[in-house]
Amino acid sequence: MAGNPTFLAEVLFGGIAAGLMYSLVALGFVLIFKASGVFNFAQGVMVLFSALTLVGLMEKGVPVPIALALTLLTMVALAFAIERLVLRPLVNQEPIILFMATIGLNFFLEGFGEMAWGANVKKLDIGIPDTSFIVHGVQLNRLELTAALTAAVLVGILAIFFQRTKIGRALRAVADDHEAALSIGIPLKTIWVVVWSVAGLVALVAGIMWGAKSGVQFSLSLIALKSLPVLILGGFTSVPGAIAGGLIIGVGEKLGEVYWGPLVGGAIENWFAYVLALAFLLVRPQGLFGERIIERV
Amino acid sequence: MIYRETGQFKSSYASDQAIFPIVQDRVLVLLGVAAAFVVPPLMANDYWLQAVLIPLLIYALAAIGLNLLTGYAGQVSLGTGGFMAVGAYSAFKFATSFPQLNIVVVFLLSGLIAAGVGLVFGVPSLRIKGFYLAVATLAAQFFLVWLFNKVPWFVNYAASGTITAPARTLLGVMVTGPQASAEARYVVALGLVAVFALVAKNLVRGRVGRSWMAIRDRDIAAEIIGVRPLRTKLLAFGISSFYCGVAGAEFVFLYLGSAETLAFDINLSFLVLFMVIIGGLGSVLGSFLGAGFIVLVPIFLTNAPHLVGLPLPVALQKQIELMVFGALIVFFLIVEPNGLARLWQIAKEKLRLWPFPH
Repeated sequence: MAGNPTFLAEVLFGGIAAGLMYSLVALGFVLIFKASGVFNFAQGVMVLFSALTLVGLMEKGVPVPIALALTLLTMVALAFAIERLVLRPLVNQEPIILFMATIGLNFFLEGFGEMAWGANVKKLDIGIPDTSFIVHGVQLNRLELTAALTAAVLVGILAIFFQRTKIGRALRAVADDHEAALSIGIPLKTIWVVVWSVAGLVALVAGIMWGAKSGVQFSLSLIALKSLPVLILGGFTSVPGAIAGGLIIGVGEKLGEVYWGPLVGGAIENWFAYVLALAFLLVRPQGLFGERIIERV
Repeated sequence: MIYRETGQFKSSYASDQAIFPIVQDRVLVLLGVAAAFVVPPLMANDYWLQAVLIPLLIYALAAIGLNLLTGYAGQVSLGTGGFMAVGAYSAFKFATSFPQLNIVVVFLLSGLIAAGVGLVFGVPSLRIKGFYLAVATLAAQFFLVWLFNKVPWFVNYAASGTITAPARTLLGVMVTGPQASAEARYVVALGLVAVFALVAKNLVRGRVGRSWMAIRDRDIAAEIIGVRPLRTKLLAFGISSFYCGVAGAEFVFLYLGSAETLAFDINLSFLVLFMVIIGGLGSVLGSFLGAGFIVLVPIFLTNAPHLVGLPLPVALQKQIELMVFGALIVFFLIVEPNGLARLWQIAKEKLRLWPFPH
């Protein structure tokens, strides 16, 4: 593995960049899981849907800032609709029922997005060229760097939002205990809309980054599946966990694919992350930063 | 209801614990099963048998398998497709390596192989729970499908990478392969699913099922009253995978004819999970109802626009199908989270009291 340090550095960098992208998708999951205990399977489709909406609007000739604003509005409207039509009627149901509902949502959004904006691959140009430059002999990609920076900034903002603002405190209260939060007058419904809107915003950022890299197409929603092992590695309820998990999975996956993949016939990227996460869970069942599960009768 | 149980008093534990305690129920179900064996092969055309009834029965078998694991033992699994693939590929290997082996024996053996694989992937269930486990079972899904894709031995080194069901007979009748009639396949699928449904029903009534439900409802409490968690969970994984494995083998041998790993991708896992949820978690009957629902709804959605004279372009139709499917799932969960089986139960209870509401 130490054969070529430059090559290793490139692989590592690629892994980190990919990992941060996974983290972005995983972040949306974590937000929703934290504040409502809903395992939102539709996060990947939300990424796709937001990117599709943005590109669709831009193709219609809407200027970029307005298109961005409109897309954000769409995601907020979506959050309202989801709260009203899916979450509220299902309040107090078991987690698996809510999980299934988000799979239903997943199907619906997939069909809806495709119907509204067409199924062909779209190019998303955000003005940052997908080109590389060389530092100390290591090839770095501008777009990937931007994505990494964006992810870092976004996580910073989210951390401040959670820790310092009133609504952030309310979110944490809801996450700790729904009923207790309700009893001290925190409006659960508003909180859900806020959380799903924020998740929509995160999805939009992830969608822009992924879309700029590989075009907006339906395989985008498959990233959701990739971010699941990130989640279990980092812990479902931890924002730093999503980032660390993303980095570990991203780097591990690239290293695995490049160095061990050829030994077993390649294309191990599909399951490597899962097996890595599974092996890790056997040692530490709550994930890297997850809350320790204390069991009492 | 058209009959009442008046006068049918239970005087022994055996009659109290019977699957169908009411005589009329018993007779009706027996007649229904007998009719299922006789009527469709005589009445239904090849399209109905091949595209509706056979997949329905096979999905129902897989759904029973997943229901044992998820509905009764409470372990959410998204790896059904992977376990079905194990069944399918091992059935292919058995059938081609030992041509004289009875086809039913092949199905059972491949079920056993799938059970073994299921046991391996069930081991983490002792330490990880809930959604963590659900995601972990995805490892099984992706790893197994990748394995069958990559190792040419599993497909007998066929360049196309597909497995094709060889022609085999059962009691002198061709049941698999391209020459087998739809009727013969249907009867084999029905026979297997009938036997396995009965086994499952008895399993969940007995000690094993009770220990599963104890683990599902509160695992620590179950442990304290003497249910051994690892053994119980592994048993659930093993038996569930056995059912899924047999269903996977039938999926290729009786339904598709030939398949590649694409047939067993994650969508299959979700489809079976839908059947379990929509049919009803923790209900053998629900597995059948759910399978029927999931098989019939797309057919209805495809044909409905034509019936009202509104032919849609294929792409749009596919998109609408996705949307309606998604919306239906959410709608169903809202209206009756316990599934179709629960609706059926409510209907029966209402009918028993009819015409008096109380």
